[in-house]
Amino acid sequence: MDVKTGLFYFFSIVLLFAAFRVITARNPVYAVLFLVLAFFQAAAIWILLKAEFLAIALVLVYVGAVMVLFLFVVMMLDINIDSARKGFWKHFPLAAFMGVLIALEMAAVLMGGFRVSEEPHAVAVLGQKSVELSNTRELGKLLYTQYLYPLEIAAAILLVAMIAAIALTLRERKDSKHISPYDQVRVKAKDRMTVVKMAATQVAAIGEPAPAHTEENKA
Amino acid sequence: MTLTLGHFLSLGAMLFALSVIGIFLNRKNLIVLLMAIELMLLAVNTNFVAFSYYLGDMHGQIFVFFILTVAAAESAIGLAILVLLFRNMSSINVDELNTLKG
Repeated sequence: MDVKTGLFYFFSIVLLFAAFRVITARNPVYAVLFLVLAFFQAAAIWILLKAEFLAIALVLVYVGAVMVLFLFVVMMLDINIDSARKGFWKHFPLAAFMGVLIALEMAAVLMGGFRVSEEPHAVAVLGQKSVELSNTRELGKLLYTQYLYPLEIAAAILLVAMIAAIALTLRERKDSKHISPYDQVRVKAKDRMTVVKMAATQVAAIGEPAPAHTEENKA
Repeated sequence: MTLTLGHFLSLGAMLFALSVIGIFLNRKNLIVLLMAIELMLLAVNTNFVAFSYYLGDMHGQIFVFFILTVAAAESAIGLAILVLLFRNMSSINVDELNTLKG
């Protein structure tokens, strides 16, 4: 048993343990933290499979962005844990049955074996065999030539996701005093100033001590 | 004893089965359901990377790249909907989400 196999078993065991804790953790914050651990282990396993770029992307994008987003949301929501845990084990027989079924089916497929030679092939990119390139460069070459159009669609998907997330959660404050840009643009000159017709001079009311009032002001 | 494709596929299968069990167990807590979906995608991605390595084909890793993109978008929108749901109903219990029953 070489080092790589040992590492694989170590990472796998930690990964499966973390996944188990994710689905059984009582507190959702712990579930998110165990999910982070699971993603780290998966990244390590991907590095064993010589997919360095994807492993780093998994850590940066998933752990760095998506998991932190999960953590924020979990901490923002005030979840009543006890009501969420009520009847937790009620569906366990069905769940265990489904899990065992999936495991047995996969085992049946895997026992039959894939017609794949045990030794990994050298990765062939763009028809050039046995050229030693880094994983990132190979990925980039494919991504920016053959998969350019899907890459742009992926960018559009991310844009749509961003717009949708902002549009869903944006909430206008009722108590803040702000100017609507819409009204500001639509305003006309006659809305801004109104000319009121009135007499140039007004007759002062009789008997009012208006002159005395002005005297006082001067003094 | 060297690693074979079967090792990685078994790992992926076990991870996937665990997350399916998680979906069945956490039927009340929507946020753990989202996490179980993330775990499922991770299992599928591991399978893709393993096949890509053992078949010597980079296209599997490209596919993982796109799956990561879509999964990130999915979780962002899912969490946004979750926040909106909690704001309106003060609960993320799946059993209480029956207002669309008609």
